[in-house]
Amino acid sequence: MSNALTDLLKTRDWLLTDGATGTTLFNMGLTSGDAPEMWNETESDKIRALYSGAVDAGSDIFLTNTFGGNASRLKLHGAEKRAGELSRMGAEIGREIADKAGRTVVVAGSMGPTGEIMAPMGPLTHEIAVEIFHDQAEGLKAGGADVLWAETISAPEELRAVAEAAALADMPWCVTMSFDTAGRTMMGTTSGEMTRIIGKLAHQPVAYGANCGVGSSDLIRTLMGFGKGSGPLIAKGNAGIPKYHDGHIHYNGTPELMADYAVLARNAGATIIGGCCGTTPDHLRAMRAALESTPRGPAAPLAEVAERLGGFSSDSDGTDGKGPTRDRTSRRRARV
Amino acid sequence: MSDDDEIILADLDDEELVAQMFDDLYDGLKEEIEEGVNILLERGWEPYDVLTKALVGGMTIVGNDFRDGILFVPEVLLAAGAMKGGMAILKPLLAETGAPRVGKMVIGTVKGDIHDIGKNLVGMMMEGAGFEVVDIGINNAVDNYLDTAKAEDADIIGMSALLTTTMPYMKVVIDTMVAQGIRDDYIVLVGGAPLNEEFGKAIGADAYCRDAAVAVETAKTWMARKHNQMSA
Repeated sequence: MSNALTDLLKTRDWLLTDGATGTTLFNMGLTSGDAPEMWNETESDKIRALYSGAVDAGSDIFLTNTFGGNASRLKLHGAEKRAGELSRMGAEIGREIADKAGRTVVVAGSMGPTGEIMAPMGPLTHEIAVEIFHDQAEGLKAGGADVLWAETISAPEELRAVAEAAALADMPWCVTMSFDTAGRTMMGTTSGEMTRIIGKLAHQPVAYGANCGVGSSDLIRTLMGFGKGSGPLIAKGNAGIPKYHDGHIHYNGTPELMADYAVLARNAGATIIGGCCGTTPDHLRAMRAALESTPRGPAAPLAEVAERLGGFSSDSDGTDGKGPTRDRTSRRRARV
Repeated sequence: MSDDDEIILADLDDEELVAQMFDDLYDGLKEEIEEGVNILLERGWEPYDVLTKALVGGMTIVGNDFRDGILFVPEVLLAAGAMKGGMAILKPLLAETGAPRVGKMVIGTVKGDIHDIGKNLVGMMMEGAGFEVVDIGINNAVDNYLDTAKAEDADIIGMSALLTTTMPYMKVVIDTMVAQGIRDDYIVLVGGAPLNEEFGKAIGADAYCRDAAVAVETAKTWMARKHNQMSA
């Protein structure tokens, strides 16, 4: 399937994607508790400014303001019936900004998690999850998104539901999981396991990887854990760690640190590199400059990553066989 | 299941049975836990002992392994579900026998924050540790916390936030408590992905809890402190 992203990947060996959406919108006056997706309709100029911020800073790809634009999340705002529509609007504004950039810029239709726990542990069935994601995917497609982009996913079940929805919408897609718990996702998935899960999908993503999580050093370790994958890798790490100062929150990662992170991420195997929470256009500019001016090198050892970007959140990320385990003696066979 | 590994709970002595119940909790086997609870009660165990020695003991192991990155959310949800099965049997009996109260917590996400997976986990783990939990859901204004805490005669107020933009609201709640002169009536615990210990201190909470397991341990520690103060 030919699309703007695969075409661009044929001409370049790294791409810069964007930074934070939430952080930027809150700085523009979004009130916490409000659904950011409503602004695609009511404050479209601010969404234009959000996208332009990334494009002007040199991003080759940006994500639409549709992270929570699925029926499950919008239900919390009484807008579950508007998922497709609000997602379409978010993509339409994206298309407009990308088309006047004067170069190829990929509009990636952001799809965040449903926020529900999936069956059998929780109430959300695979069929309903597919329906929810498909609804949003059709909206993003209608609005002109080049590619669907699922992010901050924790559960393998949810990842598979997105894959199926992308196939139903006949759209290319990318997916990143958030490895925020001892180097794994909240549901316990390691980076190596994600590679195996991706490998078994019928509808293969254009690229996959990690976003958000803890610090940028953890994200580099996650990249190394993916191993031999089935596609280009994506790295979207946070700009440091949030700090509370005089009633405000700011992230402690400087543009210089994120520039170093970008170079380390590419050396660790990432092809598509960007930021997540706390990453502003200033960070993106520094990242782009560093990627352009620094030659590609070998992957840095973990000790060096920790020294340059900060320590890891856990000793093991579960891919090295050195994670903690419990000896079980009298375990029954788990009932199925 | 083949005959070889069939375990007949009723054939085990008390010590073996409790050890097996720890294992069954770990594996999230609800029916087996319910059966184990009923057997211990039939053997004349006090409901409070069944709760603390069998169930809470088992959930402590689950909590520790969650904290240590051995178990993750799916396993903890299963274990909590099994615990809940046992608790459903014990709850009316505990009330009848006037068993000591472990503690009562009011928990909810703060105003503006609709992310509740972490809060739900903490609630389940707290129940797993024998606490009573009053879940006030998402998006809570200060009055929701304080009115519920008063009405329920709670010991602990737990606040959760997943967004950097909503976490400052925790300070609003604590400042209001100070202004009303009720700050020291409650233990205030805070948690959520973007928080850290430094933030907890800065806003005047009693403790920041990194995860659900730490929340349980912290709540136990602070409850013990509270009891000591009352008897001093």
